[in-house]
Amino acid sequence: MVETDINMRTELMESTQVQSVDRSDTKVADMKQQVNATIGEPFAKDPKMQARQVNVYYGNKQAIFNVSLDLGKNEVVALIGPSGCGKSTFLRCMNRMNDTIPICRVEGNITLDSEDIYADAMDPVLLRARVGMVFQKPNPFPKSIYDNVAYGARLHGLAFNKAELDEIVITSLQKAGLFDEVKDRLHEPGTGLSGGQQQRLCIARTIAVSPEVILMDEPASALDPIATAIIEELIDELRQNYTIAIVTHSMQQAARVSQRTAYFHLGKLVEIGETNQIFTNPKHELTENYITGRFG
Amino acid sequence: MNNTELIKKGLPKRYRREKRFRLYGMMAVMVGFIFLLILLTDIISKSLPAFSQHWIQLEVQFDPDVLGVAADAEGKALRHANYRAILKRAIRAEFPDVSKRRDKSKLAALISSSAEYELRDMLIEQPYLLGKAKTVWVRADDDLDTYYKTADKANAVRLTEKQIAWADRLQENNLIESRFNSTLFSDGDSREPEQAGIRGALVGSLYTLLVTLLLSFPLGVSTAVYLEEFAPKNRWVDLIEVNINNLAAVPSIVFGLLGLAVFINYFGLPRSAPLVGGLVLTLMTLPTIIIASRSAIKAVPPSIRQAALGIGASKTQTVFQHVLPLAMPGILTGTIIGLAQALGETAPLLMIGMVAFIVDIPQGFVDSATVLPVQIYLWADSPERAFVAKTSAAILVLLIFLVVMNGLAVFLRKKFERSW
Ligand SMILES: Nc1ncnc2c1ncn2[C@@H]1O[C@H](COP(=O)(O)OP(=O)(O)O)[C@@H](O)[C@H]1O
Ligand SMILES: [Mg+2]
Repeated sequence: MVETDINMRTELMESTQVQSVDRSDTKVADMKQQVNATIGEPFAKDPKMQARQVNVYYGNKQAIFNVSLDLGKNEVVALIGPSGCGKSTFLRCMNRMNDTIPICRVEGNITLDSEDIYADAMDPVLLRARVGMVFQKPNPFPKSIYDNVAYGARLHGLAFNKAELDEIVITSLQKAGLFDEVKDRLHEPGTGLSGGQQQRLCIARTIAVSPEVILMDEPASALDPIATAIIEELIDELRQNYTIAIVTHSMQQAARVSQRTAYFHLGKLVEIGETNQIFTNPKHELTENYITGRFG
Repeated sequence: MNNTELIKKGLPKRYRREKRFRLYGMMAVMVGFIFLLILLTDIISKSLPAFSQHWIQLEVQFDPDVLGVAADAEGKALRHANYRAILKRAIRAEFPDVSKRRDKSKLAALISSSAEYELRDMLIEQPYLLGKAKTVWVRADDDLDTYYKTADKANAVRLTEKQIAWADRLQENNLIESRFNSTLFSDGDSREPEQAGIRGALVGSLYTLLVTLLLSFPLGVSTAVYLEEFAPKNRWVDLIEVNINNLAAVPSIVFGLLGLAVFINYFGLPRSAPLVGGLVLTLMTLPTIIIASRSAIKAVPPSIRQAALGIGASKTQTVFQHVLPLAMPGILTGTIIGLAQALGETAPLLMIGMVAFIVDIPQGFVDSATVLPVQIYLWADSPERAFVAKTSAAILVLLIFLVVMNGLAVFLRKKFERSW
């Protein structure tokens, strides 16, 4: 048993290297073949966002290979996979944050409510108001808690007076489950909060502009278990009103918060399916190895 | 021997090395500190005489005959009266025994030439003094002043023996008084040390720096922002970058030559003007500000940019609402370092005529002016002994100016600094 494990691992390592060097080794070729086609159902019944045949390049280096994936309405999709497999890159395609990386080039088709988000008619600023993002490291602005949450609303002119703005700030903080903890110090700096509170502040800041989709890139990886649990609970609640895609390194987290899980490997979408099925009965060998902790 | 013993064996040596290094560091700091102390003590002790000035008490008769004006003269008529004559009479009255012509003029030479103008102003303001006597205090000439200030009286070579005797007599009769030398701060340059002040140079420096600040700060910061945030990454931009870095290393006198050729000869701007000085110093300061601002902008964590962009801020909004405020402490520090350099700069200003001898205090950006370091250079070059102290005093003022600027930098940095 142990021996076969080791064998498998060496094979996998080879498959990692094989990207550029074409080997005639049949086993490896098989593996490659398998990786090229996504196993499982990448499409949702009621899609909010649809990605079709997306390829992403950083200069000459391709980071995403022909990925098609839907984000359904009111569902949480978890993106998992080893480091450097392109989860963040794919996530950033969904709100065109990749536009800010000069060497990055995106091919393929991505739609939000059937609207092509890479079309000339789509303004990236407007898109990012509709598709919000929460980052790995909590990144509140060095301003007060209030100003952090109010920033987006002010930016987009969503509130017409102080009362409306107050309303937006308070409901956003409430939705992010932070209001009770900070209601007495709304005008103190957001950077003075604990890591978990800062991340919830960032979530409040994101939902303050009422986005339709929220992209989360390892939102809990910098947090302690208690703060993580609070964030996970929050994600589950947010699902009622938003479409959510979350990148995570924690299997348990993916299992707890998501309805569907997508497994990425070396820039390819290897397998996607119901979270239950992925974790109990993965179809692809790579997926199985990853979730059983034998790889990655 | 196992590992623990091996490590243990090496430990004393490691600690010794650390101790030695600390010692070197402390020694270096001490040496620097001692030199600074020597420099400061030297400057301060040398400058002290410049802060006081001796005055002579005289009983002046405003005699219309001696003045050469009518007995009821007023205003304009008093302007060109012979004040020198009443001064001479007043001092001779103190020394009735002096009778030789040469001695008389030597005696009059103890009084500063500024006394004539003071008497004139006094009489024009108070015409009723005409025909009356009044006790007035007038400045001592710089040679007499220096004589009183020198402890080693035998060395006061600029006075003749007779003059020294008179000087002692004046002091014995309590006709001499040492006062704070306010002239130093209220007047412009002069050939006579007792009448020379740094006000002109100080104001010239202020105007020049103001021009430099107003031009180089916005230009430098916008350049840095553009290059760092908006410029495409191509060969042209690389070329510009390399050239900006090179400009920082160009000797400052070259900027002076450029200023002379472009601003004065081509654009016909006035010579010796703070405007042109400021323009030249702007050229010199720009690279410093650009380089400092760029590194300050670079140091703003990308997470802040992502946060702003991710919420739908445009690139410009991200830069102006988040990146610039966070980079501001660094930008301000760079700006003030650049301005401090500009404040101490002499060479380029020589080329555009700011080295001229200018008595009047500049009233605007196009008046002829000089600046503090040039004033120091001019005074250090003057033969009169009293200018030695004046030079040190001017250096002291320049240093204080610099300390104030650096204090301002620290204050601004503290004010704008925010944690993230
Ligand atoms: N800004 C970038 N410039 C160049 N290459 C990048 C950049 N960001 C990511 N990559 C590359 O793209 C690949 C995928 O990275 P990423 O999407 O960050 O992976 P993950 O989030 O799954 O860990 C990696 O090989 C990484 O080196
Ligand atoms: Mg990532």
